[in-house]
Amino acid sequence: MRAWLPYPLFSIALFLMWLLLNQSVAPGSIIVGVFLSALLGWVMVKLQPTRSRLHRLGLMGGLALTVAADIIRSNVAVAGIILRARGRPANTGFMSVDVDLENENALALLACILTATPGTAWLEYDRRRKSLLIHVLDIDNEDLWRRTVKRYAAGLKEILE
Amino acid sequence: MSHLTDLPSWAAIAVCGLLLLGAAMTLIGSLGLLRLPSFYDRLHAPTIATSGGTILICLASMLCFAVLQSRWIFHELLIIFFVIVTTPVTLMLLGQAALYRDRVENRADVPRRPKPVAEPDTE
Repeated sequence: MRAWLPYPLFSIALFLMWLLLNQSVAPGSIIVGVFLSALLGWVMVKLQPTRSRLHRLGLMGGLALTVAADIIRSNVAVAGIILRARGRPANTGFMSVDVDLENENALALLACILTATPGTAWLEYDRRRKSLLIHVLDIDNEDLWRRTVKRYAAGLKEILE
Repeated sequence: MSHLTDLPSWAAIAVCGLLLLGAAMTLIGSLGLLRLPSFYDRLHAPTIATSGGTILICLASMLCFAVLQSRWIFHELLIIFFVIVTTPVTLMLLGQAALYRDRVENRADVPRRPKPVAEPDTE
């Protein structure tokens, strides 16, 4: 398969996206979709993205569920913090977490997760020390945040590295 | 042609609920921009709108048109996906710019630049 498609997963994702955008599974859109996804797969070779293989696909579902639950919970929590900002300002602050991730794709996914979860903002990642500087709205639960980030990092490491 | 009045009441209630919740989330996010005291705090406020607000409003849209046209509709998932994937780019850019400025100005409440572990001699 690699001889035809240098990045099979990427091409499949592009193909699905094309079908979703067109909202049809008519033969015409399938043909154009196959052509486009194969062509853009070859364009990606020039960009040389970091390759990563997916391991333990079963873990992905669990991770996605945890992320969804965390997004809902932190949306509610941050909405509460904003609404009562005048009365009792939240304790905000910086914290650094040791994140042992090498893979660029895993780091990018971690950034997406942390950003989609309100209440944590990714500021800086130091590759040499492997430490991540984040700003959290609710620094009182620093240990909880540290555990959450480490759990995500561990999950991503198992799936992508 | 389908009209919004054709929506059965259970779907109408669900769509209204999702839409209002999503709009409220977006409003709270914008309110946060006004109310939170420091720049780093204000970084968090728009993420409420981009995650909670976008997801809820897109779910409402999916449900509404799926019921109206009586077929599955998924292409709003692409909106959610692309918004979630692209938000970190701007957010990191803003955060790093603020961090850089505050470090140059030697502000006390900002963490120092971490000292390199070893002297970077290969760069």
